Amino acid sequence: MDISTMSLKELADQLTKKTVTSEQLTQACLDRIQEQNPEINAFIRVAEDALEQARAIDTRRASGEQMGPLAGIPVGLKDNMLVKGQVTTAGSQILEGHVSAYDGTVVSRLKSAGAIIIGQTNMDEFAMGSSSESSHYGITKNPWDTTKVPGGSSGGSAAAVSAGFVPFALGSDTGGSIRQPASLCGVTGLKPTYGRVSRYGLMAMASSLDQIGPFAKSVEDVMTIMECIEGQDPNDGTSIRLDSTSVPELLEPSVAGLTLGIPKEYFIEGMDPEVKARVMDAVVVLEKAGAKIEEISMPHSEYALATYYIIMPCEASSNLGKFDGLRFGYHSMGSDLEDTYRRTRGEGFGSEVKRRIMLGSYALSAGYYDAYYRKALQMRTLIKQDFDEALKRVDAIITPTSPSVAWGIGEKFNDPITMYLSDIYTVTANLATVPALSVPCGFVNNLPVGLQIMGKPFDEQMLYRIGAFYQSQTDWHKRTP
Amino acid sequence: MSLTTQDVQHIAKLSRLHLSEEEVEIYRTQLDSILTYIEKLQAVDTTGVAELQHALPISNVFREDIVSVCEPETHTLLIENFSHKEGDLLEVQAVFNREE
Repeated sequence: MDISTMSLKELADQLTKKTVTSEQLTQACLDRIQEQNPEINAFIRVAEDALEQARAIDTRRASGEQMGPLAGIPVGLKDNMLVKGQVTTAGSQILEGHVSAYDGTVVSRLKSAGAIIIGQTNMDEFAMGSSSESSHYGITKNPWDTTKVPGGSSGGSAAAVSAGFVPFALGSDTGGSIRQPASLCGVTGLKPTYGRVSRYGLMAMASSLDQIGPFAKSVEDVMTIMECIEGQDPNDGTSIRLDSTSVPELLEPSVAGLTLGIPKEYFIEGMDPEVKARVMDAVVVLEKAGAKIEEISMPHSEYALATYYIIMPCEASSNLGKFDGLRFGYHSMGSDLEDTYRRTRGEGFGSEVKRRIMLGSYALSAGYYDAYYRKALQMRTLIKQDFDEALKRVDAIITPTSPSVAWGIGEKFNDPITMYLSDIYTVTANLATVPALSVPCGFVNNLPVGLQIMGKPFDEQMLYRIGAFYQSQTDWHKRTP
Repeated sequence: MSLTTQDVQHIAKLSRLHLSEEEVEIYRTQLDSILTYIEKLQAVDTTGVAELQHALPISNVFREDIVSVCEPETHTLLIENFSHKEGDLLEVQAVFNREE
């Protein structure tokens, strides 16, 4: 039995029937990590108590306790989610040795569900990056081709699922950090609607854009994970109380009669024509199954990236003010308090983080607020209106997730603008707060391509319906490196 | 845009970041190219457009005013993370200078 290719449902089934124990499953994951992680570097650290957690679940199950669908199944967490008593660093030197004092809400929900927290996955420092090359703990490599990047910032989580280290993982998405690495590593990833999943215990980058979401091998698995992690949380005032979960009891197994919009602004010059071809192949699959395809226009799309690169650094520069070297992490003593701050932060933060903090401080500084931040908030309204208008006419919007497949390690690292452009199709969903799903839809030069499906706020069900139907017609999501 | 070395040093001071001379020069060029890219927004007329200040149309999220207690273990872990401490107190350098 190869557990690395089994769905969450199949794993839960085996665990329930006791044909496999959580200890065996966890050991199999640990073996695979030990064998392949030195090359891939998807995990920064593995929990010492993983087998202990697994044995505790096995004991509860043996005593006859009814367990949920994630009980006994190992999960990898991006290194920016607090797990009480475990080191959590956001991939940064400034948090080296920092031990989390409490569990984030998604973590306590996973623990209550009996999932096994197996360790922290690598990421761009403070989730700032599109290639997982800026971590203080080394570069993560793409399991499909180890000379290529896995995407980012949640590249460790994407690579861990793609390489079969864990059945599922969580990441966070501020401008594409779940969907873009999911696309580049050939796995399924969801950025939920802003407010669906609690951000309590997630190290904040840009608070009005950040959302936690799953990486898995299929849409069906994504639904199982969402059922566990979503929902209102008193500790996050921006989490929303909803009457229904995002997960329907039965998913409509058809796309017949749906209208899908293809925004012309997303098929721009400069995108890889082969990527476009794979995406259009996927559109044909949906059209043949009865979906109506309509070209739409979202005229402010071309301004989304510039808008994002004002709002995100402004919020990040404020959020990262807390890293002062006093209360946690790295500390470098200076001649006075301000000098200590400057030394600690100058030495402790990496180059991309410093770049974004400065960009935010500049945009918010006296005399520039109107030209930058205020302008960007107005642009955000216009971008959201594009989505509102489009989604009155269509049930969902279909685009590529990324304009290219995975690129070579080091290729874009010293060129910020080129790196930022790799998020051009994903930042819009964060600005507009809408949910967005990436599913594998083929290959270019043996590297995975992702299809992005975006929908109305809190209508994740529509994305699941389209994504799951597509995966019932194709087997791209079943390919493994 | 064209940022000067002094501009970058000023931004670094606002950001509480110590930068080497070499870093100042690298950031001057990089921030310049990013700000130039961002300039494209000025082409859009946003007169009268409302600012999207909140990601969700919710406001005044309240909870019951009940005191909740920090778990002793959380308390201990928080204090253990301090770089310098005296007992349970965070020790920092003086915030104000004493007049000599």
